[in-house]
Amino acid sequence: MRDDLPPLDGAAGPTVMRNRRSPWDVRGDLRRRSALALAVAGFVLPLAVWILVSLNGWADPVFLPPPWQVLAQLGEWYRDGDLLGDVIVSIGRVLGGFCVAALVAVPLGVLVGTYAPVRAFLEPLTEFTRYLPAVAFIPLIMLWVGIEEGAKVAVIWVGVFFQMLLLVAADVARVPDAPIEAARTMGATNEEIIKYVLIPAARPAILTTLRGAMCLAWTYLVVAELVAANSGLGYAILKAQRFLQTDKIFAGILLIGLVGLLTDQAFRWLHKRCFPWHHLRG
Amino acid sequence: MTPKIAVRGLYKHYGRGARRTLALQHVDLDIAAGEFVTLVGASGCGKSTLLRTICGLEEYGQGSIVCNGRDVDGPGADRAMVFQSYSLYPWLTVKDNIRFCRRLKHHAAATSSDVEIASGRADALIGLMGLAHVAHAYPAELSGGMQQRVAIARALMARPDVLLMDEPFGALDAQTREVMHDLIRHVHHLEKTTIVFVTHDVEEAIYLGERVVVMAPRPGRIDSIVDVPFGAKRHQDLKLAPEFSALKRQILNRIRETSGVKTDLEQLEKLTRTT
Repeated sequence: MRDDLPPLDGAAGPTVMRNRRSPWDVRGDLRRRSALALAVAGFVLPLAVWILVSLNGWADPVFLPPPWQVLAQLGEWYRDGDLLGDVIVSIGRVLGGFCVAALVAVPLGVLVGTYAPVRAFLEPLTEFTRYLPAVAFIPLIMLWVGIEEGAKVAVIWVGVFFQMLLLVAADVARVPDAPIEAARTMGATNEEIIKYVLIPAARPAILTTLRGAMCLAWTYLVVAELVAANSGLGYAILKAQRFLQTDKIFAGILLIGLVGLLTDQAFRWLHKRCFPWHHLRG
Repeated sequence: MTPKIAVRGLYKHYGRGARRTLALQHVDLDIAAGEFVTLVGASGCGKSTLLRTICGLEEYGQGSIVCNGRDVDGPGADRAMVFQSYSLYPWLTVKDNIRFCRRLKHHAAATSSDVEIASGRADALIGLMGLAHVAHAYPAELSGGMQQRVAIARALMARPDVLLMDEPFGALDAQTREVMHDLIRHVHHLEKTTIVFVTHDVEEAIYLGERVVVMAPRPGRIDSIVDVPFGAKRHQDLKLAPEFSALKRQILNRIRETSGVKTDLEQLEKLTRTT
């Protein structure tokens, strides 16, 4: 046994990292700073190309309006039009469709993912319905629901609900057998297994599914606002199309993207906040 | 004395039609109350299947399993199970994992003194398993050995009559395993729980068990039952004793003869001789 322990720090002098994985290796790691810089570049580069194309007059402004014109259009929309109102109305519709879908799809998805008879009964039907295009339902929705707010929410609901149901069911079905069997051997009833094992175990995956479904809900916004709307981002885009206001189309699209990006970040934050145990690296 | 667990003429099949295979062929096994029995055998001998069937997790059609005088039909809180994959609840802290069974109606406390006893027991188990310093950590923050201690404590929390252990230390390193061996023997001594322990490690089977049930594959069946004559007090040095080695050799030979490993070894020998 040796008593003369080596110093805590190795040889003096600058250390050179060895065996370091390059960012370009498979699963290589990237420093936070570089990642952030690349993310910013991902936005800046297309913008630079856009500016370049506009400055040189390589594209007809009717097809591709210059960014400053889009920006000016946004300002005008904010001052003269009702930009905030449009944003809020659209967020309301998306959230409405999303929430109504989630309120039904999550509990039903848990049942489909848990009980074989419910799965056998509902899964094939849902797989059939989810292929039906939401746009095709618009005439029916107008007939059944009318042309009020409910119709817009219903279009988003149709677009989101069936996907959400199947994904939540898959999240629950993916919970491994071992924790379920462990609960069984402790005398847990079926209801207790659902309540204390399946749902808690599937929660992080379900929240990720909801995050994806929210994105899907936003993509149905423009379709929803095809139905007798007179406000909202989708409506603004559709109206701008009628008057060939390409700059406003761009402004609308960029706004939807921005709201979507913010929502997505909110979901990500919520996930880390609600499930710290899920983000532990053992 | 009636046995704690009585398995009589148990047959178990997997699959259907042409793929139907016999997993267990006529298993007879009596396990006395407070006994520590180990099941050992090559892979495919049905040792885990037998354990899971006793637990109530696998269907069986032919034969009977009686535990505590009642026919086994589905899992029950009298038979707790510890799995190789620790199967802890990652969203609960160590302490909440151990107390998990207290959430269930089955174990709902009737009086406040019950609650006190239960919380005392949770603390006692945390102490016994050496988990006090990680009581509020999440399972993902623990090493494999520590996670398995939590799983054992969780299984013991409900004071089961029978503790079924399915290769619980299979994923642990040799040093951790030795510690766990003495720990589980200590628990057995303290709690007087009947333990049925499945392993493929013959040394582990002898060191832990009062009886070693040797199983053979294709179809899965009990080959022989060996009494372990080393008494209740055992120490790691026992593993170096000649009697221990002799018993180990005897059991290993049985496993080799019945599992086809022997012919594999012979072929390997022939190959090395020719080259």
